Amino acid sequence: MTGEQLLQAYYFLKLNRALEEQLLKFYMQNKVVGGLYRSLGQEAISVGTAMALEPQDWVAPLIRNVGAFLVRGYRPRDLFTQYMAKATSPTAGRDCNTHFGDIQRGVVAPISMLGAMIPVMVGVGWGSRLQGLDRVGLTYIGDGGTSTGDFHEGLNLASVWKAPMVLVAEHNQFAYSTPTSKQMAITDLVDRAKAYAIPAEIVDGNDLMAVYAATRRALEHARSGRGPYFLECKTMRMRGHAEHDDARYVPAELLEEWRAKDPIDRFSQRLLEEFGFSQEQLSEQDQRVAKLIEEDAEFAERSPYPEGSRSQAQEGVFAS
Amino acid sequence: MITMLEAIRQALRDELAGDDKVVLLGQDIGDFGGAFKVTQGLVEEFGEQRVADTPISESAMIGAAIGAAMVGLKPVVEMQFIDFLACGYNQLVNFAGKMRYRWGQGASLVVRGPCGAGVSGSAFHSQSPESTYLCVPGIKVVYPSTAEDAYGLLRSAIQDPDPVLFLEHKFLYRRIKGEVGHQPIPLGKAALRRRGEKLSVITYGASSHTAQEVAEQFGDQVEVIDLRCLQPLDEACLFESVKRTNKVLLYHEAQKTLGMGAELSARISEQLFEYLDGPVVRVAAPDSPVPFSPNLEKAWLPGAEQLAEACRRLLAY
Repeated sequence: MTGEQLLQAYYFLKLNRALEEQLLKFYMQNKVVGGLYRSLGQEAISVGTAMALEPQDWVAPLIRNVGAFLVRGYRPRDLFTQYMAKATSPTAGRDCNTHFGDIQRGVVAPISMLGAMIPVMVGVGWGSRLQGLDRVGLTYIGDGGTSTGDFHEGLNLASVWKAPMVLVAEHNQFAYSTPTSKQMAITDLVDRAKAYAIPAEIVDGNDLMAVYAATRRALEHARSGRGPYFLECKTMRMRGHAEHDDARYVPAELLEEWRAKDPIDRFSQRLLEEFGFSQEQLSEQDQRVAKLIEEDAEFAERSPYPEGSRSQAQEGVFAS
Repeated sequence: MITMLEAIRQALRDELAGDDKVVLLGQDIGDFGGAFKVTQGLVEEFGEQRVADTPISESAMIGAAIGAAMVGLKPVVEMQFIDFLACGYNQLVNFAGKMRYRWGQGASLVVRGPCGAGVSGSAFHSQSPESTYLCVPGIKVVYPSTAEDAYGLLRSAIQDPDPVLFLEHKFLYRRIKGEVGHQPIPLGKAALRRRGEKLSVITYGASSHTAQEVAEQFGDQVEVIDLRCLQPLDEACLFESVKRTNKVLLYHEAQKTLGMGAELSARISEQLFEYLDGPVVRVAAPDSPVPFSPNLEKAWLPGAEQLAEACRRLLAY
């Protein structure tokens, strides 16, 4: 990564975290409609993978991939208004939280059913290649989501078709309250990929540079016509499934262990110690983040809710 | 004159030839030509990139079609039997059907395949699942009964900007023939199959043929309307008919409970109450799985005798 990219990654990591801290405030003030799903401790995965994409590549972020939306050019206000069900949100109040996208930005909106994005992104890659377009489709899955039928059908199809697709598995150790040990009889998710003859590697998900480098390798593999690639990012979900969940089922020592591996602390430290950035340079980015969050939070608060007319609620199912 | 099966193949061929964005996906559809041979010869003509064999993964097939549609292709997914669409329900209903409303991005794709009973296919190769996909938003449902309609409607379905479920009654595949034109037939237009004065039979699919046979027994009394498309629905056509005859019978092969007839019955009762000279009657299959043994299956199917008896009673009401 160039110096500029490193600074940019720092900015996005901090923006991701600050955005969620602001969302938490909104949540505590009862301004969030529904649940709030955090990516605390997993930010390096979304930011690192999305930054590795080429502009023509497509990404399908899930609920904890706020960072991928930001890297793709969405603003904090887009997430704020989505979570607050405002008329100014990307879906104009029709859908919630991270359920938005825009193919002009190469972002596909997720559905809630886990695994469903995998076959869809296989189709994005396969369909692009059929038209002679250089495009890789990248999406994510949690450890729990690897137990779904779509995960297995999707990976198998991707491999048989040699589709240009990259799957990033975020192994954050808990699927809602279910630990990986109750989810599967294997320890590493990469073992699942082996069954489909898909090259796979284990990555330290809390190390932004490692995530970025592995994703570049994965994309290069997929782009070269050799088929899909699987990354398992080891990480830890540092909050409950959503904010309503106090996650008392997670052992305190496990959280303690992972708090010491915080991806933003580690990355900042490396920027200062290994890459010669100054504290001032980082503070400058922090100020940019704070300013944008403040501006967009204000925008979201000021934004109206949809009028709530019957026609608004029911139109737009079909093209005509 | 060509069979309905050949008409479907011709529509696929003409679309593949006329639009390089059209691709086919399905199990055994390439060299083998499909379980019913609908796609026979197409892989030789258009290559295995555009006539793509898939693993037995209905969900992944539809998911991949959605992704391909988003990048500009017009995928046509063959279900070997439409019953197996149950395995791809989530992708079709929750992904394809809801995406335009949710975030403004549509998916132009067709899921097509053989449906219907009458060939001793038993419980998992005989179903008529249309109402399952009509009671969720975002999916168009087309159900032709003639070779000509199958050709023209399939061509329109492939060019439609939204997901279309295209149902092909397997009993009709090789049993009916017709002159097939070269033009698409727009979705959402019902066909008046037989003019009558006293009673409107609203039907679709293979039942349309039974209805026409039965109507003949009643001279000029029984009108037959073939819906052709269940979504979008040609409400104007069937309402006009009911207003004229003042009696209506809803006839289909799918199960009675919450079938298409239930919906039409409700709409007619709500909007045409003052025009009715008798109860809105349904003739449809019982709420049991499709049985296997020919005699049982025949008893299960809502056949000509049952329909004729219902017509007699309603005419006499």
